[in-house]
Amino acid sequence: MEWLKTHRNDAILIAALMLLGGALAVFLYATRQDGGYVSVQMDGQTVMELPLDEDTQILLGEGGEFTNLLVIESGAARVAEANCPDQICVNHGAIRYEGESIVCLPHRLVVSIEGGPGNDIDGTAG
Amino acid sequence: MKASKVARYGLLTALALALSWLESLLPPLGVPGVKLGLPNLAIVFALYRLSWKDACVISLVRVVLVTLLFGNGAALAYSVAGAALSLSLMGLLKRTGKFSSVGVSVAGGVAHNAGQILVAMALLETSRLAWYLPVLWISGTVAGVLIGIVSGVLVKRVPEVK
Repeated sequence: MEWLKTHRNDAILIAALMLLGGALAVFLYATRQDGGYVSVQMDGQTVMELPLDEDTQILLGEGGEFTNLLVIESGAARVAEANCPDQICVNHGAIRYEGESIVCLPHRLVVSIEGGPGNDIDGTAG
Repeated sequence: MKASKVARYGLLTALALALSWLESLLPPLGVPGVKLGLPNLAIVFALYRLSWKDACVISLVRVVLVTLLFGNGAALAYSVAGAALSLSLMGLLKRTGKFSSVGVSVAGGVAHNAGQILVAMALLETSRLAWYLPVLWISGTVAGVLIGIVSGVLVKRVPEVK
């Protein structure tokens, strides 16, 4: 506790940052909602929207230089394989809640979860 | 430039580069971007032992070299943004004289992560990275505390080179 006396400003800064980060996390967690569909963006353009409740596998960027294998399985989406150097998108794991996303920066790819059930995709399909 | 300064630049840049490499060998910690920030040991050390300007030069050279060796163009943009925001904030906080290396390094860690996210959002033209913020915010704080403690000890114990 000697440290606290000599480093009061440091301790205040750390506590303030932790509280702010924690508050942001709690806010995001409390307002999270199950997603309805998976949106795929490449180069900032939405190229695909797929329902989360239908299991499927799609090779994104097929035939091109960059490929990412998108797998939708039991209500969650993940990138199972990719030929990017860092494999961050593969290591990211599965996403299922609205607003969650997987990013493959080298390939300028964003896979994100959008909207709850009964979204406008169902509307247009129905 | 004096020879001793050239030698120090070289030494600290090499150290920062070696620490980047060492960090790339560690297993991923679950979420991309969550890391210890080992190279920051060399940067914080430079900030205290040399000057803010010297720390900036070393950091920039490290980022460029790391990109050439292990990275790609997109990574350069967000690494530079993270490093720039981090160094600006660390310089400011150090100047107030109210914080030790721990507080300075914590602010640097959080700013580094926030800068990277902001540029990633801009590059990918998406705001869907909100989930990363609290995670990287807190991991940046924790990593900053650890780096701050270690570099504080280093600044105190490593003998001054004449």
